[in-house]
Amino acid sequence: MKTLINKERPLVFCPGCSHEKVVHALDKALVNMGIDGSEVVIVSDIGCSGLFDTFFNTHALHGLHGRALTYAVGVKMARPDLKVIVTMGDGGLGIGGAHFISTIRKNIDLTLLVLNNFNYGMTGGQASSTSPQGAVLGSSFLNKIDNPIDPCLLAQGAGGQYINRLSCYQNDLSIQLEEAINFKGFSMLDIMGICTGRYTKSNKIFPKDIDGLIKKMPKFAGISSTPDSSNSVNEYTERYFEESKKQKSKDKSQIIKNSIPKNFDKLFSGRKEVILLGGAGQRIITAGEILALAGMTSGLEVTQKSDYPITVLRGHSVTEVVLQDREINYSGIESPDIIIAISEQGVYRRSDLFKNLSDQTVVIKSKDLEINGLNSADSKIINIDFKEMKIKSTDRALGALASLSAMGSIIDLNMLKKVIEFKFKEKAKIIDSSMEIINKVVH
Amino acid sequence: MSNIFIDGNEACGAGAIAAGCNFFAGYPITPATSIYNYMLNALPSEGGVCLQGEDEIASIGYCIGASMTGKKTMTATSGPGISLYSENISFAIGSEIPLVIVDVQRLGPSTGSATKGADGDVNFIRYCNTGGIPVYALAPADVRDCYLLTINAFNIAEKLRCPVFILSNKEIALTKKSVNLNSVKLPQILDRVLCTPNDHFLPFATDYDDTAPPFLPIGSETLVRQTSSTHGINGYITIDSKEIFDINVRLQKKVENSLDEFLFYDELLKPDSDTLIITYGISSSSAIEASHMAEKTESNISVLTLKTLWPVCEDLIREKAQDFKNILVIEMNQGQYVNEIKRVLPEKNVQFLGRMNGTLIKPSEILEVLTNENSYK
Repeated sequence: MKTLINKERPLVFCPGCSHEKVVHALDKALVNMGIDGSEVVIVSDIGCSGLFDTFFNTHALHGLHGRALTYAVGVKMARPDLKVIVTMGDGGLGIGGAHFISTIRKNIDLTLLVLNNFNYGMTGGQASSTSPQGAVLGSSFLNKIDNPIDPCLLAQGAGGQYINRLSCYQNDLSIQLEEAINFKGFSMLDIMGICTGRYTKSNKIFPKDIDGLIKKMPKFAGISSTPDSSNSVNEYTERYFEESKKQKSKDKSQIIKNSIPKNFDKLFSGRKEVILLGGAGQRIITAGEILALAGMTSGLEVTQKSDYPITVLRGHSVTEVVLQDREINYSGIESPDIIIAISEQGVYRRSDLFKNLSDQTVVIKSKDLEINGLNSADSKIINIDFKEMKIKSTDRALGALASLSAMGSIIDLNMLKKVIEFKFKEKAKIIDSSMEIINKVVH
Repeated sequence: MSNIFIDGNEACGAGAIAAGCNFFAGYPITPATSIYNYMLNALPSEGGVCLQGEDEIASIGYCIGASMTGKKTMTATSGPGISLYSENISFAIGSEIPLVIVDVQRLGPSTGSATKGADGDVNFIRYCNTGGIPVYALAPADVRDCYLLTINAFNIAEKLRCPVFILSNKEIALTKKSVNLNSVKLPQILDRVLCTPNDHFLPFATDYDDTAPPFLPIGSETLVRQTSSTHGINGYITIDSKEIFDINVRLQKKVENSLDEFLFYDELLKPDSDTLIITYGISSSSAIEASHMAEKTESNISVLTLKTLWPVCEDLIREKAQDFKNILVIEMNQGQYVNEIKRVLPEKNVQFLGRMNGTLIKPSEILEVLTNENSYK
């Protein structure tokens, strides 16, 4: 008779252990399906259910406790053609609860056998996620005060499409397993059995008690009998690769988008440091990038580093740009050549800058912005009256860049305009409005 | 080809693609998220897979499963995620599963500061595996390195069948820089050595005692076994102490004995200098800048930037340090790798400069330390 049982690895379960029934039923199901061992991967968890992979002549992946489903998803995503069967106990179910829920949510074509014997058998019969409150276990009183999980209800809550509750002892176990394996999607089987090594030491339980238990619990029978259409989804790998085909290839464009040719000669030698101080939504980081790219059009090396709160729509937005005629090593700014200040949040964030301002520093600021400690005797201040020019808050960073460009010491207006045309090349409206802002500031 | 303007995370993504990465799984975490974003844009459209796990444990688990089918896999995270990876890192080490792990370090301990940099995970990634088996870790010093070292990380992972770490830092990962990637000389791309399919495939059998076993993917015609438990060469659990000994020694040797092939470093050696700065990662840029600044005062400072951090390139460090009286180790932490340098150079005067407060070590600070005789002799 054909079998996928590995004859070199005899079963090592305790006498009377119900896991043995599942091994034989699984073998019968796979043989009946006519599939070869090389088309099957058994991914097993830790504990007695973790022995399953060794008993079969199939591919095997035995991993960490509670994590079997994660390896199974990796295998299935890489090789959707393989039959992937996962075995875990009620222990692994508890440990990997998040994986259980999330994998069911995907409806990925895996078959999960939860070998539910109500305790951690291998470590000495401690309480697990499914231990009844009345059981006497190796965890003293603790299981009396925990509610057991019903794996089927949990799977249902996660949107499970195929859920069944079985007894290790039922005659049609292999037929039920075959049906679950054949289901195109995630199938979850809660297979109840008896741990003779530990559980039955202090708890009387017989095969007929399992039948009684199943009768008392909510009924499941494979494919969800009342399919909730809003919850019903096609199999994950199919959907994944279908959606993938619709995605535009972006790798090359991601890298090339910022590739900018050298068009101009450098305006300075050495290093220049520019810091832009603004607030959320003022396009500070975009302005910093434009400045950096403008520098690159004259063959400069540049760096840009930004600082903003994780709540991105509120608070400061600060960006630091270093421009240098040779490779930049250190990207920090100690004494900026230019400070662009257009909102008090940014100024407040970097108030340290204004305490020891060098007399070389040029401050380009919004006219209405008060800056504590800024002394016009110590530094050159350029005030821009954005209100008078009717330049909106979101456009002021660009306006300040125009003013910087007009100075011609770091970048000039040709460089600035070149970069705007380059960066927004398919967005004529943005280019037009940007040029308008530049012309307002630089008459 | 002109310069492009990208940050370290984008360069890691580009490097992974250049190396042939076709499977990525991650979980969003600042400052590593943009690597995940990059791979999401780059992989699915090309027939690859990019997944977001429900947590970091699932993400690395996906990678392990996929790697066992032959995919070239990568994941990326930061300190809190690396902590969650650790059990699966042990699995990948002990069971010889190729995998590239980018750790974009942020300020710790614990949840720390999401948007501040540090090099706080240097010792953690070395010692986070149960068993203490040596690991490979490459530390990029700039954006170009993120690209080149990620490619090399894949080569090491494939050749040695082990997880390889890229120890990045928020300061490199999220700072944009003008770079010319076309001028980078790329290594030959290595893929894991495949075993000839046979009926008696032994998944952990090797011809030599310091190489990785030839690989067959799960799903091939020959049945493949993988296990996180102590196993013999046949992939089944064993209690044969000789077999266990041999495999564990081999896990160590295959990493330590390959250093000549995967030794990455930069040096800036100045004549007549009696001080050598040994550093890595973002602090290297401060050290080099300090060396340039020192030229103006006619003092010479040499800099050795280590890029292969683990295993420790002891011979290189001894060779480069031999003519220097003073060694200054600079790290963006409270002193981790300096202990390795002291171990390797017991006869030298080894000083340390470092801190962990989210700010870069400034070049001016380095010069101050070097000129202050009270703190430095």
